[in-house]
Amino acid sequence: MSSTFFFALAGIGLFVLGLYGLIIYAHLLRKILAINIMGSGVFLVLAGLAHRLPDGTADPISHAMIITGIVVAVAATALALVLMLQVQHTTGQAVLPEKQKY
Amino acid sequence: MLSSTALIWGVALILLPLSGALLTFLFRAVATPIGICVALAINLCTVRLAWLISTQEVPRYPLGGWGAPLGIDLYVDGLSMTLLIMSAVVGLAISCYAPSYFRSARHKLIYFWPLWLFLWTALNALFLSADIFNLYVTLELLSLAAVALAALAGSADALTGAMRYLLVSLLGSLCYLLGVALLYHAYATVDIALLAERVVASPITSAAFGLMMAGLLLKTALFPLHFWLPPAHASAAAPVSALLSALVVKASYYLLLRLWLEVFGNVNVGIDVILGVFGAAAVLWGSLQALRQSRLKLLIAYSTVAQLGYLFVVFPLAAVNANAWQGALYLALSHAFAKAAMFLAAGNMLLFCGHDRIIDLDRVVQRLPLSLSAFALAGVSIIGLPPSGGFIGKWLLLEVAVAHALWGWAVVIVVGGILAAAYVFRVVGHAFTPAKNTHEVHAVPAVMEWVALVLATSSILLGLSAAQTLMLFEVGDPFRILSGEAPS
Repeated sequence: MSSTFFFALAGIGLFVLGLYGLIIYAHLLRKILAINIMGSGVFLVLAGLAHRLPDGTADPISHAMIITGIVVAVAATALALVLMLQVQHTTGQAVLPEKQKY
Repeated sequence: MLSSTALIWGVALILLPLSGALLTFLFRAVATPIGICVALAINLCTVRLAWLISTQEVPRYPLGGWGAPLGIDLYVDGLSMTLLIMSAVVGLAISCYAPSYFRSARHKLIYFWPLWLFLWTALNALFLSADIFNLYVTLELLSLAAVALAALAGSADALTGAMRYLLVSLLGSLCYLLGVALLYHAYATVDIALLAERVVASPITSAAFGLMMAGLLLKTALFPLHFWLPPAHASAAAPVSALLSALVVKASYYLLLRLWLEVFGNVNVGIDVILGVFGAAAVLWGSLQALRQSRLKLLIAYSTVAQLGYLFVVFPLAAVNANAWQGALYLALSHAFAKAAMFLAAGNMLLFCGHDRIIDLDRVVQRLPLSLSAFALAGVSIIGLPPSGGFIGKWLLLEVAVAHALWGWAVVIVVGGILAAAYVFRVVGHAFTPAKNTHEVHAVPAVMEWVALVLATSSILLGLSAAQTLMLFEVGDPFRILSGEAPS
């Protein structure tokens, strides 16, 4: 119970930390990293809570979900990085405009 | 098993666009013929599936023969079938429109086809999936394809709009995934039907409900979480704007509705009024912002924010009478046709005039009569004038509001319609009059005008086929849970 709960809480902590970073930092690379930290938090919750079968083994379905989630996260990060480079290339800086001009 | 063979057609609905996407990526020279053939085939499969489920019982299909607790099930009922038909029709129209729109930028068409067919794959898979983790995957596939398409226009506005859209989408998906993790921990299943049996009101259910709702509301752009939508939708290429506004936002709304109806039936007490208030605020704020815009595509994008508001005004109404859900679905369907038609017509005007400033629309009515008719007809449906599909949807909502003396919601629905009339007529008015600044004009291919007009006409025809459409909604009785609770 205690280790399960500890991992889940750490996961929630990472999620909140990532959310804070996503909101606070302007630079797109930091925002993308923050999203990745949030994702790791969710995966840690899944991994921590997987350890709950009566015979003490971990639940393989949670692990399958984590692996699928990681694949999705890699694809999303790749797209985000390419898009960030394009934004930098076109506008000269890797930040989102504070106020849209319309 | 007669019932499970019906969903072979459902599997085809996922495999066809997926293989189409790969083929158009590999054989770029013939991408357009392949894409249009795939769009036609998807329409045929959709018709076949709709026919089968309305004459037989509602099927579940275990993919690969694995059963529900472990494997992935496909499922279709009236709610998902309606949205499948919506994507098939709008998708076919956009597939016919895009090649002409991108004719002077062939490199964009090369990227457009695979991305659009991947997006279509994700949409169909989302509407057919019956387990919440698979839904997460389809939701992510959908947003990645949608973001890439939004960035396709290549301008600085489009790129920053797409970047913001991507960050918001990922945030929404992660909130949703955390909710899935909590639900799986508590109930040891991700299958919607099994969850519906097992779920009980508890702190962990409420936490999961809150996270999933927050994520999906962000993706559906409910006021005040709509900030990302207007820049992303307005700065994309016209066919992309059409499919983002017509289809992509509906997908997350569908998921929200599905979870609300099936899984969280007993923990959502009191939330319906909050959603209704935000929806009402979206209707008023979105419409007022639409009135203030100087550019046509931004006006249409803010109109989407307003129209999405109606889909949430439904929640408090449906809490007293489940008939309101049919109104919501009707509005979602007619909005998809009308908004796609509006964006395509706006794309024609943009191409024709070289700009989309509303006050400089110089006598468009004489030069592009079909496109302006399409815009006006779509406007009729958005305003909710009879006999359009939008009218039927609003009528169903007003009927519930008036029957239960919920005057506040009724006023919002009517005022939203009046504001919509104001912004539609503002555009139509400028299209009739000569502008101060005239511009060099560019010819618009006839197919682009006709596609917009056909879509707009179908949003009107939707109002004339109300009986059949409402019968389709009821297949499999997707709104049953709340109808059981409705007081007399």
